Amino acid sequence: MKNSLKLILIIPFFVFNFCSRVFSQSINSIDLIKNSGQYDGKLIVYSGEVIGDVMNRGNFAWVNINDGDNAIGIWMSINLAKEIKITGSYKSRGDILEVTGIFHRACAEHGGDLDIHAQGIRKVSSGRIINHRLNIEKKNQSLILLLIICLTWILTLFKKR
Amino acid sequence: MILKPVIQDIKIIGFYLGKILLGLALTMVIPILAGVFFKEINPAIDFIIGIEISVLLGMLLIKICHTDRDLNWMQGMIVVSLSWLFAMVLGAIPLYLSGHWKSFLDACFDSMSGFATTGLILVQNLDHMSYTHNLWRHLIMFLGGQGIMVIALSFFMRGFSGAFKIYVGEGRDEKIMPNVIHTSRFIWLVSIVYLILGTLALGITGIFNGMRPVNSFFHGVCIFMAAFDTGGFSPQSQSILYYHSRVYEIITVVFMVLGALNFKLHYHLWTGNRKEIFKNIETTTFFVTVTVIFCIVAVGLLRIGSYPSELLLFSKGFYQLISAHTTAGFQTIHPQQFLNDWNPLALTGIIMAMALGGAVCSTTGAIKMLRIGIIGKAIKEDVKRIIMPGRAIIMEKLHHINEVFLEDKIVRGALIITLFYILLYGFGALIGMFYGNPFLESLFESTSAAANVGLSCGITSAAMPTVLKITYIFQMWTGRLEFMSVFTILGLLYAAIKGK
Repeated sequence: MKNSLKLILIIPFFVFNFCSRVFSQSINSIDLIKNSGQYDGKLIVYSGEVIGDVMNRGNFAWVNINDGDNAIGIWMSINLAKEIKITGSYKSRGDILEVTGIFHRACAEHGGDLDIHAQGIRKVSSGRIINHRLNIEKKNQSLILLLIICLTWILTLFKKR
Repeated sequence: MILKPVIQDIKIIGFYLGKILLGLALTMVIPILAGVFFKEINPAIDFIIGIEISVLLGMLLIKICHTDRDLNWMQGMIVVSLSWLFAMVLGAIPLYLSGHWKSFLDACFDSMSGFATTGLILVQNLDHMSYTHNLWRHLIMFLGGQGIMVIALSFFMRGFSGAFKIYVGEGRDEKIMPNVIHTSRFIWLVSIVYLILGTLALGITGIFNGMRPVNSFFHGVCIFMAAFDTGGFSPQSQSILYYHSRVYEIITVVFMVLGALNFKLHYHLWTGNRKEIFKNIETTTFFVTVTVIFCIVAVGLLRIGSYPSELLLFSKGFYQLISAHTTAGFQTIHPQQFLNDWNPLALTGIIMAMALGGAVCSTTGAIKMLRIGIIGKAIKEDVKRIIMPGRAIIMEKLHHINEVFLEDKIVRGALIITLFYILLYGFGALIGMFYGNPFLESLFESTSAAANVGLSCGITSAAMPTVLKITYIFQMWTGRLEFMSVFTILGLLYAAIKGK
């Protein structure tokens, strides 16, 4: 009887642990959104580039991470957010993070948003600043067009006379 | 007998078109200033090229087609419809040069989507777009929402009698003031006042939400323009989900609703006639349709159990509904969630809301509340005729600023435009289904394009077939101009072939 009871207690533990492991593989945003019911409330791993602002809210922060298809909001402690140095924008490529956290299809804490509550993050690669050099081709095109406008304007003056 | 258009017709159309293109070129100075401010040199050059092409084209049209004659109705309508097509192409030039669009057609798609205040997008890698290009995306919504003709009338044209013709050609037939140029300027006054208030409200909220001040106010001005002009673009790919803020959502709801109100109603509210909002047929119809459709959406969401509590259901359901009904197109869910987490009943509710739209003489698209109200009154009158004694005289009235008797010609006008919209929604849905998309999704996306909403359930993407892109561009253009200007072009082509 005692052994059976142990077995009953141990089996669910292994089943749960197995499920957690299944979702510990990095999941892309398309899969997460498409199969949101399946992943709801589960521990998952999601990775991508930090984009926009790190929005501090008290002891927590919102960070949006784009995996190339969609961006998903990550709710994390301010201590975890401190590891983020560069966020993605026109002038920079953001840090690439791997986030481990609980996925919510419709988060009760955050107005029903689809989000992830981070438990841990790992910086896969650091972001970098992008130096946009002057595009000479575009500059030349604009100068040629300016010349054409001036010539056209002069020609129309002659036509008037 | 149909008369063949003569060279003089073409010259008049070309001359006024040229003037409007010069006006459009001038608006591109704003993103250049932004480019200088944010030290984004290459994006600024994209707009210099855009200005140069617009100026060159406008200058050539004015010089070649120079005339002192005024516009007639046919010419006015054609100037309007062609101006929107030219605006789409010229507005797309700096967008395409940014490298964020896969083809020039895709850039034209987003440009028309912006000018027509739709909000459907094909842009790639939006989260890395420059401030300069992002500002232009939202600015074209602001310009298109007020109307390209309204800009021309307000700032570039003075006292010519063809003004009313091009004003009407843009889908607006209500004058707020006796003079149509003063009307256009009033529309701008309202928009600028709300622009300042909206940018401040959203900017300050953004700072409290943890955004950097510069970003906060930049997003504030962009989101305001997209909300008040019921456009639906946003600077980031997640739409309003990016901000993770209920306050931000509430502010956008306020400005979406303000944008969906008739400018004539704004005028009466501003001049102290606040009771008008409770009596006006458009606002009362809007209240009724929002209530009824929300019930449909809520029942749909309750049946599928998408949200764990009633409050969350209200939050998500009501936001998407208001966004659809005002034809703004902001989303607080991912596009694919419409298909995965919403059932067909809730989705149908959103399609109904998109199809109806806001007020006439507002920034919204779709059938519009005045027409729905008129049709409702006409049905009521006919039911009364059936149940009342034969001798009874039945005259239904409606309140739209003034008390107006419901005449057959008013009902006829409302029904014709409504019918055209329904045909346009159906046409896009058929093309969508031709390419293998299911009926409901095709109808959703088609209605969103034709009603200038911008909500998407995932069909709209750079990978969709070229014909579908062109169909949606046609729907956005036709829906925004409310058919007549577009039909006039077809009439002109017919006259050119068959006329004598």
